[in-house]
Amino acid sequence: MCLGVPGRVNEIYEANGLKMGKVDFGGVKREVCLEYVPEVEIGEYVIVHVGFAINQMSEEEAEETLDLLRQIINIEDEIGPEGGVT
Amino acid sequence: MKYVSEYRDADLVKGVLDEICRTVTQPWVVMEICGGQTHSIVRYGIDQLLPSEIELVHGPGCPVCVTPLELIDKAIAIASRPEVIFTSYGDMLRVPGSERDLFSVRASGGDVRVVYSPLDAVKLAQQNPDREVVFFAIGFETTAPPNAMSVSQAQALGLDNFSVLVSEVRVPPAIHAILGSPHNRVQGFLAAGHVCAVMGYWEYPPIAETYNVPIVVTGFEPLDIVRGVLHVVRLLESGEVAVENAYARAVTFEGNKPAQALIERVFETCDRKWRGIGVIPQSGWKLRPEFAAFDAERRFQVADIQAEESPLCIAGLILQGLKKPHDCEAFGRQCTPEHPLGATMVSAEGACAAYYRYGRFTNE
Repeated sequence: MCLGVPGRVNEIYEANGLKMGKVDFGGVKREVCLEYVPEVEIGEYVIVHVGFAINQMSEEEAEETLDLLRQIINIEDEIGPEGGVT
Repeated sequence: MKYVSEYRDADLVKGVLDEICRTVTQPWVVMEICGGQTHSIVRYGIDQLLPSEIELVHGPGCPVCVTPLELIDKAIAIASRPEVIFTSYGDMLRVPGSERDLFSVRASGGDVRVVYSPLDAVKLAQQNPDREVVFFAIGFETTAPPNAMSVSQAQALGLDNFSVLVSEVRVPPAIHAILGSPHNRVQGFLAAGHVCAVMGYWEYPPIAETYNVPIVVTGFEPLDIVRGVLHVVRLLESGEVAVENAYARAVTFEGNKPAQALIERVFETCDRKWRGIGVIPQSGWKLRPEFAAFDAERRFQVADIQAEESPLCIAGLILQGLKKPHDCEAFGRQCTPEHPLGATMVSAEGACAAYYRYGRFTNE
């Protein structure tokens, strides 16, 4: 139940007074309530829980995290696989 | 799939695991408090890939598991009524009550339906004005905004045939209860990423300071989890007490303000009973008095139903990190996912069910 999944907003519309949208999860498309992400635009990513986007995904932060982690590996390559192991 | 596959990259995970090995110098007990993370940890064997100094213990993070038995009995009593269409997230249907589960209510003619979103339940109420539609509104802070929206939407649409059976629980009071226990073993916490996506993590610094325990907001993919562990181990090794965010792509300090505002409008905090643990003060939400008309417990007069747990089950000790599933005499014998005796076996996200599914029958 707690597995929120990131998906791409493909379409935004209104239904019953609520901001709704079509979100693509790697090919699977579902209707999602976008009421809690009022600023989201088409093409952006949201995390979806039980049919509701609970937050927008920050593309910048996602890239930064991967860069940071790649650096850890690069450091390891430089000092060798045994380097620094206590 | 974007934002998923990169965070399952085996080389990156291995790199972070190596860094954890280089950092750790002594034993540490770290708790995660999210069923999704528990499942991910056991599924990918992350606990077994970590250096032996680090013990991961699995807190009460599965909402299906901690929903008290009497609430399941209340759901079954309501769902058995002929005028009711009872709607629920799918994973609640096979959770056994004292005598039977919601599946068996359906088998004996009850109208029990699985919905993907609470708004689907509202739609059913619109389409069936001559029936009573009840939604089983369970969960942590992640389901609170959707559940609150269903009530707010039913009110906006003027529906008088919609109600919710509420069992909303909150993570920070549970962390208080665990860290404040005289038997506590937990030295560091991985905070649940999506709970924090909704609520932010402004509630955590006072907890970290009070109990001298670092807390790291952590995501769900394997790379997210090892990164969360790396952060917590660095803090533990340096003796620094801090709250860090290792899931910044989804979580901000303040959290989702519109979601928090609607939770605040529909719900108020209350004491809640957690299955396997007992009552934790101020650990849940209930409907505010102005939304009492949507309270299914009131509408169907089931508030007095009580239930007794199996005396064999040690779920309470497992949820506090004092025991592992395979320490239990009943694990895999009297207690299996098909015939669960208690909280941690009832859902795939529970620690016992995850250990059972991935064959963790011994402490190897």
